[in-house]
Amino acid sequence: MIKRRTLTLALGLSAALGLSGTAYAQETYIPLVSKGFQHQFWQAVKAGAEQAAKDYKVKVTFEGPETEAMVDKQIDMLSAALAKNPKALGFAALDSKAAIPLLKKAQAAKIPVVAFDSGVDSDIPVTTATTDNLAAAGLAADKMAELIGKEGEVALVVHDQTSRTGIDRRDGFLNRMKSNYPKIKIVSVQYGGGDQLKSTEITKSILQGNPNVKGIFGANEGSAIGVLNGAKEMKRKIVVIGYDSGKQQKAAIASGEMAGAITQNPVGIGYKTVEAAVKALKGETLPKIIDTGFYWYDKSNLTDPKIAAVLYD
Amino acid sequence: MNALKALLFNPSTRQTLLAFASLLALMTFFSVASPNFLQADNMVAILQATAVNGVLAIACTFVIITSGIDLSVGTLMTFCAVMAGVFLTYWGLPIYVGVLAAVFFGALCGFVSGVLIAKLKVPPFIATLGMMMLLKGLSLVISGTKPIYFNDTPEFPYISQESLIGYFVPSLPIPNAVLILFIVAVLSSLVLNKTRLGRYTFALGSNEEAVRLSGVNVDFWKIVVYSLNGAICGIAGLLIASRLNSAQPALGQGYELDAIAAVVIGGTSLSGGTGTILGTIIGAFIMSVLTNGLRIMSVAQEWQTVVTGVIIILAVYIDIIRRKRQ
Repeated sequence: MIKRRTLTLALGLSAALGLSGTAYAQETYIPLVSKGFQHQFWQAVKAGAEQAAKDYKVKVTFEGPETEAMVDKQIDMLSAALAKNPKALGFAALDSKAAIPLLKKAQAAKIPVVAFDSGVDSDIPVTTATTDNLAAAGLAADKMAELIGKEGEVALVVHDQTSRTGIDRRDGFLNRMKSNYPKIKIVSVQYGGGDQLKSTEITKSILQGNPNVKGIFGANEGSAIGVLNGAKEMKRKIVVIGYDSGKQQKAAIASGEMAGAITQNPVGIGYKTVEAAVKALKGETLPKIIDTGFYWYDKSNLTDPKIAAVLYD
Repeated sequence: MNALKALLFNPSTRQTLLAFASLLALMTFFSVASPNFLQADNMVAILQATAVNGVLAIACTFVIITSGIDLSVGTLMTFCAVMAGVFLTYWGLPIYVGVLAAVFFGALCGFVSGVLIAKLKVPPFIATLGMMMLLKGLSLVISGTKPIYFNDTPEFPYISQESLIGYFVPSLPIPNAVLILFIVAVLSSLVLNKTRLGRYTFALGSNEEAVRLSGVNVDFWKIVVYSLNGAICGIAGLLIASRLNSAQPALGQGYELDAIAAVVIGGTSLSGGTGTILGTIIGAFIMSVLTNGLRIMSVAQEWQTVVTGVIIILAVYIDIIRRKRQ
């Protein structure tokens, strides 16, 4: 009885796995271990990586934990990736220090590591493909100042206060306001975990508590949508500036509900990561940082081919 | 022969055997599917990946056998890690104080849950849901939302990362986290099977009213079970903090579900009264072998989650059929 059931279990498993079976060719294999996976942003990074894989004839896989808090899950992913004898490795660290032992192992095995997105605090990676978030958020501040007439109250809804991108985007925005626009007052900086619903509630309470707020900056896709929803529910006309793209944000910008947003180049991040890995394998020297760029986009240039290419749904 | 038959027909032995057979089947499958699976390094990685979830699952096993539930194990683990960080990094106390602090605060929080449930009659689901959020918040407050690194306590990472076994037997570099998992498992198994606390744990799950009527102080033993559960979570907190060499305050939510899944796959019924530590450990290994194996096979991540879900449902369904037949 036991045997039969076990067999059924094993067969069921094989069938389930068969769906996505893999071939083991002797090709150059480069796993990418990212900070996230489900979010549209990461799917765009993945798409870029896959494009580069096609162009350079290598095999890539793309994985990341469900939430950006799961540092240990990411470490497990990294060690599984290393077990597959990769030729090179792409890595976006949730916590650089926690990953150092495994990265040292990669280094000892002569596997070049390319850091992407948030980078890795260590000299092990051969290069880092990333957006200059400080400068990008600074540009968002400039646009905000311009749109509200360089004076008045402004607030921020940020995804978190622990990650590099959260800190850089917040500080990039705050610093630019402080140094260039003395008449603009930041009344509130709140954190919504990038969760649309939470960010909506936060926005509503900011608007409730500060009736004179003229504009809010949402520091990632989830935050920006939350700001938009919050303003809509409170029936308040404010200047909303977002970050990244996604279907809803694009639609809001097209309709004028959102003034505009900063877009990184996620497809480019994925592409450049794989490209850098291939170059490292060929022994080429790489710059310490590969800036993957950022753009301001609004109603006027939404359909510009240069912009449209880096936006994702 | 008869003794063997009796053993094989013992329901809990059979469930454990079934779980073990499934684990072996999974390992065989992955070994055939990918040459990279059955490598020493990868086996160590699987063991390492099981340690934290395994210890949390052991903690949950006690509570679930009493037909209770603890949703706070994940964030309690984090809270204990943060407290270890406070004692070691903020206050610069010696390492053993940090270790004791983690276990103590774990037991203390478990005690609070226990009092809420036993004395104030708050349903376990709600009481521990509240604790889950409360502790998540406290961890963030105490740590100032930033990870606490254990840089001033260089021995701290040894708790998880070094290998005592490897020191004596160099060919077996099994990390200490795994050794601790097995020690916790053996001790818990002894408590569950050989002590009064263990007997009452089962009795509370099968028929709480009968236990009460026979003159046992039900509330007291319930509080003891939840405190023990908390103390074990404290150990998990040490393991994860030591592995990451930092207390990550935002971590933890969602880990309770992995732990409960491991307990259930291991054959412990959510309605209480039955369960084994060995089953739970096997359940935890099934989960991490599955995750690791699917990764090694480069199965797309969305499918990994689907397969894990199917396995959990399948495991519980088989258990239900088995119970019906008896």
